[in-house]
This record gives sequence, C-alpha cells and structure tokens, in this order.
Amino acid sequence: MTTTAEPATPVSEIGRARTRKEDARLITGRTRWTDNITLNGMLHAAMVRSPVAHGRITSIDVSEAKKMPGVVAVFTGADLDSEQSGLPCAWPINAEATPPRHVSIAVDKVNFAGEIIAVVVARSAAEARDAVDAVEFDIEPLEPVIDLNDALTDRTVIHSELGTNKWVTFPFDSVAAGATSGPSADEVIAAAENDPDSVVVTRTWRQQRLIPAFMEPRSVVVDPTGEQLTVWSSTQIPHVLRTMLGVTLGLPEHKLRVIAPDVGGGFGGKLQVIPEEILTILVANKLRRPVKWTETRSESLVSGHHGRDQIQTVTIAAKKDGTFTALKFDFIADMGAYFGLFTPAVPVFGAFIGPAVYKFPAYKAVFTDVFTNKTPTDAYRGAGRPEATFAVERIVDELAAVLGRDPMDLRKQNWIKNTEFPYTNAGGLTYDSGNYEAATEKALELFDYEGLRREQEERRRNNDPVQLGIGISVFTEMCGLAPSRLLGALGAGAGGWEHAAIRMLPTGKVEVVTGSSAHGQGHETAWSQIVADKLGVPFEDVEVLHGDTQVSPKGMDTYGSRSLPVGGTAVVKCAEKVIEKAKKVAAHLLEADESDIDFAAGRFSVRGTDKGITIQEVVFATFLSHNFPEGVEPSLDSEYTFDPENFSFPHGTHLAAIEVDTETGKVHLRKYVCVDDIGSVVNPLIAEGQIHGGLAQGIAQALYEEANYDEQGTLVNGTFVDYTLPSAADLPSFITDRTETPATTNPLGVKGVGEAGTIASTPAIVNGVLDAIRHLGVEHVEMPCTAQRVWRAIQEAEQQGGAQ
Amino acid sequence: MTQIRVTVDGVEYADDVEPRMLLVYYLRERLGKTGTVVGCDTSNCGACTVHLNGQSVKSCSVLAVQADGAEVTTIEGIARDGQLHPVQQAFHDNHALQCGYCTPGMIMQAIDLLGDNPDPDEQEIREGLEGNLCRCTGYHNIVRAVQDAARRMKPGASADTPAPAAVAGGGQ
Repeated sequence: MTTTAEPATPVSEIGRARTRKEDARLITGRTRWTDNITLNGMLHAAMVRSPVAHGRITSIDVSEAKKMPGVVAVFTGADLDSEQSGLPCAWPINAEATPPRHVSIAVDKVNFAGEIIAVVVARSAAEARDAVDAVEFDIEPLEPVIDLNDALTDRTVIHSELGTNKWVTFPFDSVAAGATSGPSADEVIAAAENDPDSVVVTRTWRQQRLIPAFMEPRSVVVDPTGEQLTVWSSTQIPHVLRTMLGVTLGLPEHKLRVIAPDVGGGFGGKLQVIPEEILTILVANKLRRPVKWTETRSESLVSGHHGRDQIQTVTIAAKKDGTFTALKFDFIADMGAYFGLFTPAVPVFGAFIGPAVYKFPAYKAVFTDVFTNKTPTDAYRGAGRPEATFAVERIVDELAAVLGRDPMDLRKQNWIKNTEFPYTNAGGLTYDSGNYEAATEKALELFDYEGLRREQEERRRNNDPVQLGIGISVFTEMCGLAPSRLLGALGAGAGGWEHAAIRMLPTGKVEVVTGSSAHGQGHETAWSQIVADKLGVPFEDVEVLHGDTQVSPKGMDTYGSRSLPVGGTAVVKCAEKVIEKAKKVAAHLLEADESDIDFAAGRFSVRGTDKGITIQEVVFATFLSHNFPEGVEPSLDSEYTFDPENFSFPHGTHLAAIEVDTETGKVHLRKYVCVDDIGSVVNPLIAEGQIHGGLAQGIAQALYEEANYDEQGTLVNGTFVDYTLPSAADLPSFITDRTETPATTNPLGVKGVGEAGTIASTPAIVNGVLDAIRHLGVEHVEMPCTAQRVWRAIQEAEQQGGAQ
Repeated sequence: MTQIRVTVDGVEYADDVEPRMLLVYYLRERLGKTGTVVGCDTSNCGACTVHLNGQSVKSCSVLAVQADGAEVTTIEGIARDGQLHPVQQAFHDNHALQCGYCTPGMIMQAIDLLGDNPDPDEQEIREGLEGNLCRCTGYHNIVRAVQDAARRMKPGASADTPAPAAVAGGGQ
C-alpha cells in the first residue's frame, strides 16, 4: 500500500486554459434542453395573453376553444385564482408597503400587454396554440401608463391598493451612511454653483429598456407522477425556485424536485420565478398528467422580464483644476407592471458602486421606483451596475469637455491610487484591492491612444466626413453576491452563501456537487480544475453535478458574477475538509503522527521520510474501513457552505475607437481594447469568453438594442426581426488582456467576470461616439446610437450654431 | 396527412405528416432529433439550421413535406466513426460556445460557409454567419473557430479530416 515513487511534477490546473468538458455534448447535439423532454402522456400548455396594456377583463369565453381538436382543458383566472397565490419579490426595498399582488394569471384586470389571461392544455403544442386563437375575450381598455414622468403624476394609478404609481424613493447619502465626513453632496453642489473656482455639470439621459434575449426560449415540464412533483425548468435558479414554490404555492418543499437541465443562457432573464412555472404546475396537478410549456420567441420578448429602463439625472461638481468634489444621481426607474424576484432592488444595487473608481468626498444617489403598464423589469446582465457605471463614466467625460481636459488625465487625477487600497468608497463599499494604473497603462499601449488622438486631430483639421472618437471607460463593479448579513441589513429575503459537497468514490473518482447552477458559464470545467488541484487528482476524474435539487440540494444559484468567488470558494473549502479527514486516515495507515503528514499533489507523505500514500489509496482504505483509526467516521465526503465577508471588485480600462460618418450618422466600431483585472484566473479561456460575450451585450446597448413601446403600451419590436440583437457582422474582434491583482477576500483571489464586459463597454462606446462629434456641438446622443439618432443630433447641433 | 420519405443523418424514414408541420418539428418531435433546436419564430436566429441536400437551411422555414425525397443532415450526423467534424473540433478547441444553444445551427452554417468558400477572410466569415445569432460569445471565438476549421480542412492539412462536401450529404 505504501508507495515511495516520486510523484510526477504537478502541473497546476488552476490557471490553465482548459477547453471545456461541457462542449462534448453541446457540439454533437446530445443536449438536455427542457423542451427536449418528452414524458408518457405529456400534455402541452399554451398561454392566451392580453394584447391590451391596461384594461378590465369583461368576458372570457373558452367554449369554442374547448371544442378544438386535442384540447383537454382551458383554464381562466377565475378557475385558478384561489390556488395561484402571488409571485414572489425577494427584495422589495420598501418596508413601509406591501408590493402589489403579482398574479400568474390575470383575474379581472390586466396591467401589461402580454399578461396571461387563460391557459389552454392540449395533446400537442400545435393543437394548444390553435385553441389559443379560439378563446374569445373582451378587455375594456383603461388609460395606459407608459411614460415614467407621466406615471409619477398619478393621473392614472395602476395598482389602486397602493394609491400611487410610485413604489419608493430610496436615498443613499454618503454622509448619512458614514461613508464620507464633511458637507453632503447637496451642500457641495450648492456651494460649487456659486464658486468661481468650481464647476457643476448636470445631464439627463435615458437608460433604454432592454431584453435579455437568451437564445433558449423558456420551457417548463411538470411531472406529477408518483410521490414527488418534478419540475424541469429552463431557469438560472433551481434552488431558489424550489424554495419559492414552497413559500408561495405552499407546496411541501420535500415533495418538490426542481431540475434545470441544460439551460441555454440567462443573463438575468432566467433569474426569475415565472407565471408559466406556477401555471404549468397548477394545471399538471389538476389534470394529474405531465404538462409541458415552451414559449415562442415572440412570447418570450413580450413576457419575459426586461432590463434597465431609467431616466438618469447626473450631477458632478469639481474644482476648476479637475478635482472631483461631489457626485449626485437622481434616477427614475421603470418597474413595469409588477415586481419580479428583484425588480425594485435592481436600480438600487447601483447605489453603492456609483462612485466607481473615484475619490468623491461627497455622494448622493436617489432612486425612484415607478410602476408602468409595461412588461416587468428585473435583472439583466450587470443589474444596477451598468446603469450606475454609465452615469458616472458619461458625466466624467462631460466634465472633461467642460474643463477642456483630456478625459483620461481627468480620470487619473481622481481615481484611487494603487497604494490607497483597501479603500472605502463614498458608497460605503470597501474595495480590497485594485490597480487602475496598471490596467490603464496596458490598455493605452494596446490601443495606441496617442496615435489615435493624432489621427483624430488630423481628421478634425481636414474636416473629414468620417470623424474619429475615442471612448473611455474605467470601471469597477461589485461581484460575488453577497455577504448574507449585508443582504439582511438591506432587506433582502435570502442569504448570499453558496454550497459545495465532495464525494470521494471508492475507485478514486470524485463527484463535486455545487449549488451554482451553470447555464453556459463552464462550471463543470472550472470546478474540475479547482478540485483536481486541491485534491491532486486528474482533471478527468472529477465530475461536477449541479442543477437538480435532488442531486444538489442546497444552493443560491448563478447570477451577479458570484459563482467563482462564492461557489468556487465553497469548493475550495470543501476540498480542504476532505484533505483534513484524509490526513487522519493517512497518518493511521502510515503509522505516523498526523502532525507529521504533509499533503501535496495527491500524495500524503511523512515529513522527512520517503514514506507516502496516494489520496486514491486513502479513499479505497476508507471504503474498506478494515484498518481504520479508532473513533473516526469512515467517510471522506465533505460539505461546505461559504458566506463571503465582502464583495469582490473587478475593474478594468476599456477603450473604443469609433468612426462616425457625419453625413449619414453611421457609427463604426473600429477597435475595442479592454484590459480587465478580474483577480486570479482559474481558466483564462473561459474568462476571456465571458469578457467577449459581455462586451457584445454592452456594445449592443450602446448601438443596437431597445425595446420600444407605443403609446398604447404595445411592444412594437417584439420579434427577432425588429429587436436587433447584433450578428457577427455587427461586431468587431476584440483586443482583450488582463492584469492580475488578486482579491484578498477569498482563497482563490478571484473577483468574478460574468458582467464586467457589459458594465464597462456601454459608456465606452457612447463616450466614443460623443468624442467623434462633440466638436460639432453635440453633447449627448441617446442609446442606442443609431445612424438616425446620430445624424439628427448633428443636424440639430448645426442648426443651433455648432460648437460654442 | 401527407406521406414523406426523407433520409435524416443517413437513416431513411417514411412518415405521414400534417402539411403544415415544419421540418424542425418533424426532426424534433417525430424523429427525436433534438440536437436541432428552435430559437425564434421568424427565421432570424438560425439555431435550427440543418443541411437539406447539402445546403444549409433554417429548418423552421421549411415544411416537412418540402423535404420529401431529400437528404437532411443535422448536427447529430456530422461526426464520423467517433471523429468530430473539423468544424465541431474547432468550436471546441477555440471555446466558440458557451451555453451551446446556437451551436448546432452555427456549426451547420459554418460547414456550409466553408463549402462555398474554403478560405474566407474574417469579414466573409462574419457576413456568412449573419443569419445565426449567438448571445454568449460576442462571436469573437466563433470567427476564430471557423478560421481554424478552414485551415484544418484545406486539402492535405490532415489525412483523417473529411472534406465538408462529403459530409454535407449526411451518413453515419
């Protein structure tokens, strides 16, 4: 049993650009999407949705629909209301009021176009959809509340029980919060307005409404066969969903099994408990048959939650020498018609990160959450942080323009220097580490900042019809959601821990159970790398299990760039527990004292001797338990639940070279460079892929995407024909690089990467567009910066006399 | 009901189908070929791309009855003798997929693209994939993968990699 062979030189798995384990099934079509599931006797549900944004249901007639071929049942709100309860909001922000009941199926009133008013169940999906068209209904229209400022007048109140469309005004004041001392932002700004040595810049702009637009349409299969109720759902949050189904529907949690099989993207859009999950469960239970619901893309765009949608008023005060003295946000945020899981909290999440990389001596942020007759909003990649980052990075550029300063120099003057960490920002967050200088220096070099500035000047001089702009965004964000105590203090309905378990199989193979439920991120590969390193076993010998509450009973799931900093840390801690247990066994088998046992590269050895034993041998000896230390549990299996002490703070410098054709308004993204500091990296290939995808979504907000409503509250671009996701032809290749300042708050030194690209890129692009045409007198272009908007902005500026 | 005879991934099927049934639903619901997926209802996303007689089509825009007498190849039919198609291999090697939902269509379209243009430059690849949407990758690594696959598939690049034209017709 004792081996004396020298172990092979260990190659560290952590940090290795491993290609992914997940790919094998995904590139060959051996996939397990929820819609692939077919069960014996399974029926299909289809939803009848209101085309009216705001109205009273005066009649629903399902008699014709019930006669259609293959139709098994049709349910209306009246049939299901006593059982449907209300959909959960886990973070209402406002302790003073009760959120309006968010019904899964409307009973007498509809509050957005797309709201479900009936459920058809039929033998096939096609028959169910046919019968949807046969449901007759009348909805008496009420005046729709579409515009945010109009909503605040309460001319028409959507939820009469609240008596107002305003849900809450959430203020954050750095002085009140103890994050800064001295005068408040309001006082500083008031004083600066009358101070000849100071300058105050205020701007108001839109964060347009976006649609997450994951590629896999949402799908739910419910199987009531047997003792348990099994729910497959294309969700980011199988664990949260299970608990919430228990809390809201009163279903016994131990009789519920939720499975998120292969899930085709989420980006926050599947961080939700959806009406269709509730309704599929209710009808399956009623009919005692398995039922599937899969949405069409048009349904998805109109009914899946949207993101962003704010009117932002941003004020910055500074000394004339460029020193920032105060920052103030006043944001009005569109909740849509109802609250989802995190709807009212999403805007507020940006409050703490608002001061970004800068040293603001005073800061205030006011968020007003407002209901409208539109699809509910909720988390979309970045959730609160892109909005805040856009505000601060855009206003810094505006200030630079007013002061006549190079926008990068102005940033450098005001950012937190690398010698000043840990640093508590004016939002009350303590940034543990960072090095903005290093990332910026690398980015400027990769970008050829000086060369492009020269080209810009040349094009200006020559009055070139194509002008060049340089867009800058130096960002930081908060990842690793989240310290549970902090969430509690902020009124959230859940903690922010993550769970891991490791099972050592007799043959030396390893099962890793994680509560992080991946949907494209590559956890199976990254977690295998971590465990391979920590236990010294081959990468191939590790199997990662997730996304099924029966296999992985505990978890807080995947969102907020939390998986690696929180879930990955849980895996590390769990592996350490396995080693601690195995050490006792190894000491016994090697007839040595435990304190003399070292573990490295999968081998326990007696310090100062050549005696040793592999971890696989220890595992098998534990399996046999023949020769085992007295009083020790014969198992190496371990569990760990990790609760982070702080957020992690990735940062980076993003630079965009933007060409604007001043004659047509067409924007061309010529070059994009980003240097991100996401701390230590487990798999550079995966991390870089996350950056690429994040960039695409952030750039798409700046240039391409917007969910448009008409004045009746109809989503007018609710298909992929006109909701313009960028294609390969709309984006360039990206130049990405990294600096590495490890996080100090987790053993891996990781910070999270999922949202960085999205958060950083939107202001970089818009700043670049402005930088190209500012000399023509343009101060802002609303997103998306389409050719039409840019052209119009140039025309309007010219009519007003061009640049001052 | 209309009877169709169709060869899918090398297997011949004879089935009665509703005239309105789309090819993608025939593949998924009748044949269990769930490797091919549906991503939209307006033929914009390309997730359902397969080859029909060697040409890429969006199988949500083709009726099953239009495939009568035809040969269909899906993502499940392009690996040979346990060997991945070079485009599949290149997608894996270049991390050209994350959630993987667009991947079957993207791979089928990339094979078609390389069949038409074995040596595309970056812009030609981007334009050739314009009808296939991906929300995860920003297309960066998909473009790299197609460039890599083009290199691998050049005549003489590697003896054991099949040429795309031979694969496009299907077979297992």
